[in-house]
Amino acid sequence: MTSYPNEKLTVKNLRKSFGDNLVLEDVSLNLMENEFVSLIGASGSGKSTIFNIISGLMLPDKGQVIINGQDYTGRTGRVSYMYQKDLLLPWLKVIDNVSLPLVIRGEDKKKAREKAAGYFETFGLDGFEDKYPFQLSGGMRQRAALLRTYLFSSDIMLLDEPFAALDAITRSYMHYWLLRTLKKLNSSVLFITHDIDEAILLSDRIYILSDRPAKIKEEIEIPLSRPRNKEVTTTELFNDIKKHILEIFAN
Amino acid sequence: MKVKKENSNKLIPLILVLLLVAVWEAVVRGGLVPRFILPSPIDVLKVFVTTIPDMKEHILVTLQEALTGFAIAIIFSLILAMAMDRFPAVKKALYPLLIVSQTIPIIILAPLFILWFGFGMLPKIIVVVLVCFFPIIISLLEGLNSVDLDMINLLKSMGASKAQIFKIVKLPASMVGLFSGLRIAATYSIMGAVIGEWLGGDKGIGFYIVRVKHSFAVDKVFAATLVVIILSMLLFKVITIIQNLSMPWFRYVEQKK
Ligand SMILES: Nc1ncnc2c1ncn2[C@@H]1O[C@H](COP(=O)(O)OP(=O)(O)OP(=O)(O)O)[C@@H](O)[C@H]1O
Ligand SMILES: [Mg+2]
Repeated sequence: MTSYPNEKLTVKNLRKSFGDNLVLEDVSLNLMENEFVSLIGASGSGKSTIFNIISGLMLPDKGQVIINGQDYTGRTGRVSYMYQKDLLLPWLKVIDNVSLPLVIRGEDKKKAREKAAGYFETFGLDGFEDKYPFQLSGGMRQRAALLRTYLFSSDIMLLDEPFAALDAITRSYMHYWLLRTLKKLNSSVLFITHDIDEAILLSDRIYILSDRPAKIKEEIEIPLSRPRNKEVTTTELFNDIKKHILEIFAN
Repeated sequence: MKVKKENSNKLIPLILVLLLVAVWEAVVRGGLVPRFILPSPIDVLKVFVTTIPDMKEHILVTLQEALTGFAIAIIFSLILAMAMDRFPAVKKALYPLLIVSQTIPIIILAPLFILWFGFGMLPKIIVVVLVCFFPIIISLLEGLNSVDLDMINLLKSMGASKAQIFKIVKLPASMVGLFSGLRIAATYSIMGAVIGEWLGGDKGIGFYIVRVKHSFAVDKVFAATLVVIILSMLLFKVITIIQNLSMPWFRYVEQKK
């Protein structure tokens, strides 16, 4: 639907094993500016490992991570990474949790708070600045974690099953909230999920991973027009894509 | 609901203690044991009230020794735990020594300290440091080790330095453990000071107990023991209050459970 002039992130021929366990055989993928790309694969197929490598926490045995044309293999601190768990620090108020990446970067605490506070409305956290994480609902915690991720690095975000722990109703709410919010944010997102509907609804493209050792089994464009709403999920096109993905997994 | 349960939790031990004290009182009143060997609880309370002015000076000395030793132990443990956390080699080298140091009976060490450092406060403070140090550093190290690795990785992915990770994640995460160690150490600190005074000195509750024991004033021994119990409980309570004040988030965690 859009043309992407800029390639933000390129992952080239990643290979990774843990001892005898070959997890990634040969994984290449890319992410364009403002694009939303999902990775789907069975549990244990190596999705989180790919994120660990892109974020620089792990070194691949082979392959490269290139961001904006520069080699970032094994270097942390460039892309933001949101884990499956919200990982909010229980001893910090929401405002301090969220502004943590700015403080780590060396910004003044007060300035960091002010900057973070400006996003509380967009992220549906208005009025909860001085609460502790325990006082938030699951959806709010996830949004707080997402805001923290966004404040760390807004241009490339890696989201590892961010909504997996939520109940179906909250998760669905979060999907439409995310679709609305991302329009304002100018971010490129790489998204891991087990949920095929979620992937189709949110993504511009989907990569399907094979079982371990992981390779890219197929790359699927999602030509659903934006803005997307609830009606999209009942269209024929949506169902055809879903059928196609299910068939790939059945093989 | 919650409040009720908490109250009944406190009520049960209280009833038990009252029951035991009542039995004790009855046994002494019934003449089963002569009073000069075992005074009755009411006798002890009476003596406690009348001897408090005598004991006051000794209580202050004991408190001073206990608190000084306790504070030194906290500082020591913090520094050492930080070093052991940062440099695994330091931990490997010192951890076994820490354990071994705890196997030497304090009752052997204390007289040596008196021999080396005289009858003043110093040897008592050293004893207090020795008995407090262990529970504090062990709980601190355990706390530092129990930190969620994903939290550390998250901070690493944000480019945090080791010092930042320690300050933002590791230290706060180990606070819960640290405070349980501090509570144990707080009660040990009074005991340590009393043992030190018992074995040599001219001031403090421990010294006072020895003196009244020599004059066969068993009721005064009991009254002084009551002082030791009260001081230990007070310190214990103070630590809990500090914990609640310094970790408002911890109460929420507890409530959630
Ligand atoms: N640090 C590590 N050391 C050893 N083995 C690892 C490590 N990290 C991952 N693995 C192994 O790599 C494989 C893939 O793990 P990974 O977490 O990437 O899977 P995943 O696709 O994210 O699974 P899930 O969908 O369940 O989250 C697993 O077999 C796992 O045991
Ligand atoms: Mg995973």
